[in-house]
Amino acid sequence: MARIWRFDANVNTDQIVPGRYAPYMLKNEDDLRKYPFVEARPEFASTVRPGDLIIAGPNFGCGSSREYAPLALKMVGVGAIIAPLFARIFYRNALNLGIPLFEADLTDQLEDGQEVEFNAETGVIIADGRTIQLPPPPEWMHEVWREGGIVPFYRKYRRFPGAVAV
Amino acid sequence: MGQTLAEQILSHAAGRPVFAGENIVASVDLAMMHDSISPSIIKILHQELNADQVWDRDRVAVVVDHVAPAATIQNAEHQLALRRWVRQQQITHFFDVGRGVSHPVLVEEGLARPGMLILGSDSHSTAYGAVGAFGAGMGSTDMALTLATGQTWLRVPETVRILARGRFRPGVGAKDLGLRVARLIGADGATYQSVEWHGVEDLSVSERMTLATLSIEIGGKAGIIPPTGRGWEEHAMRRGITVPSWLRVEEGARYSRTVEVDLDTLEPQISMPHFVDNVRDLSELGRVEVDVVYIGTCTNGHANDMAAAARILQGRKVARGVRLLVVPASSEALQQATADGTLATLLAAGAAIGTPGCGACIGRHMGVLAPGEVCLFTGNRNFRGRMGSPEAQIYLASPEVAAATAVLGYIAHPAEVVG
Repeated sequence: MARIWRFDANVNTDQIVPGRYAPYMLKNEDDLRKYPFVEARPEFASTVRPGDLIIAGPNFGCGSSREYAPLALKMVGVGAIIAPLFARIFYRNALNLGIPLFEADLTDQLEDGQEVEFNAETGVIIADGRTIQLPPPPEWMHEVWREGGIVPFYRKYRRFPGAVAV
Repeated sequence: MGQTLAEQILSHAAGRPVFAGENIVASVDLAMMHDSISPSIIKILHQELNADQVWDRDRVAVVVDHVAPAATIQNAEHQLALRRWVRQQQITHFFDVGRGVSHPVLVEEGLARPGMLILGSDSHSTAYGAVGAFGAGMGSTDMALTLATGQTWLRVPETVRILARGRFRPGVGAKDLGLRVARLIGADGATYQSVEWHGVEDLSVSERMTLATLSIEIGGKAGIIPPTGRGWEEHAMRRGITVPSWLRVEEGARYSRTVEVDLDTLEPQISMPHFVDNVRDLSELGRVEVDVVYIGTCTNGHANDMAAAARILQGRKVARGVRLLVVPASSEALQQATADGTLATLLAAGAAIGTPGCGACIGRHMGVLAPGEVCLFTGNRNFRGRMGSPEAQIYLASPEVAAATAVLGYIAHPAEVVG
């Protein structure tokens, strides 16, 4: 089962990981896993479980280009982030790290703390017996997920994703 | 069919005509990386992508601006490692502590030019639109891929056209226009899109950078001001920069929307905690007392910004109990402020001057805020915790409003001071 973590619109990267907790500000870079939402949602890092889902309003991840924001979410094992609209740099960074992203507004359908079943491959959420089908992401996004991120993808194919070869 | 400026630049970078909605692989003209993100970029480049060298040492610019000079031993170690890497890679364009924020530095140096595709490890890389370039921010992995290959992949964006009409009133300027647009279309009003700013031909390149950097605050992938008009000519002539013949505003270019702003009636704008698009007219704000006034950043720390503040501070003092911090955007801006008397005026008024660079904009050093403190900031973000304590309050406004606020101790219209 995956727990739902509900967030509002316009969650910015300073909320996800404040600049003062950047990996290069930490004694040990692995400690980054302790700091996602350290101030915005202090209980998040210690109670989130691998596979949990973030359900947010529009413009998730706006603000700085810091890749350590989605990296911190990956380190704690966030299963997918679902929002009607993502800020573009965050979207790229999360895609590059292999975090599943779905563009959909589920803020009216799922409650914070709710337990659901989730399959990232099919994009199906089962909540209290109700099935929610997420819109399928573009094929190139699947290509990147399958390889576990853009770096493994590039190392394997020596090209960027999508139809266009380098 | 006509093309937007973004479509023209990305067509050039892709080597074929491209239009909004296409995914393309494009050649990158210039890649900028700064001290804060460089350790992770370098690690991915060498250890994960197994690349020994950057693709072109003349097309990479490295700037130490985020925590400059170093605030901790750890910062110092990272910057030392970065300097060694720059030497080892024989990077041509390296700007160390004190030269300033990457964006104005690359513009002043003439490295950022019209028609270029410029990627930077910083979200405010939209700044390069001030000189008619497509500037976009990227994360560490994207930057490392570009350093390894000289290329990137992206979706050609639609374009939001901002159409300014009329003339700014005294004490009102580019910052007020930028905040007004944020108020009109919201923090996600241009997400995945390019922003083209029209009707601002008279603005200097520094003022254009105010608009270009604020483009990311409405979600923009790039924010481009057409390289024409008086302000552009002045910049281009001094540096011998020409505009490529293929880059021009075209009839028939398709815009996803056009947003009109009437400058004749525009009042000073104020962005209130904790979102950039939480904007109203300054005249609608009640009395807000401040602890700190902070003038700086790639958005409003330029020579003209300091001069605008100095005109209001001339012969006046910073209010008791208020700190005025001025962090020039670049060493060139500081030199100009020294030469024309701006710096002397600021110091006489009681300002503290910092090393050119990002300063406290990212809350790591040089003026971090305490819980409960209120700051009037000329920068670009007022997110909770951005400049230090999450319990601090950050208001965004122009340098003119900043100066008036420093004199009176509460957020004020410049006319309250200069009449």
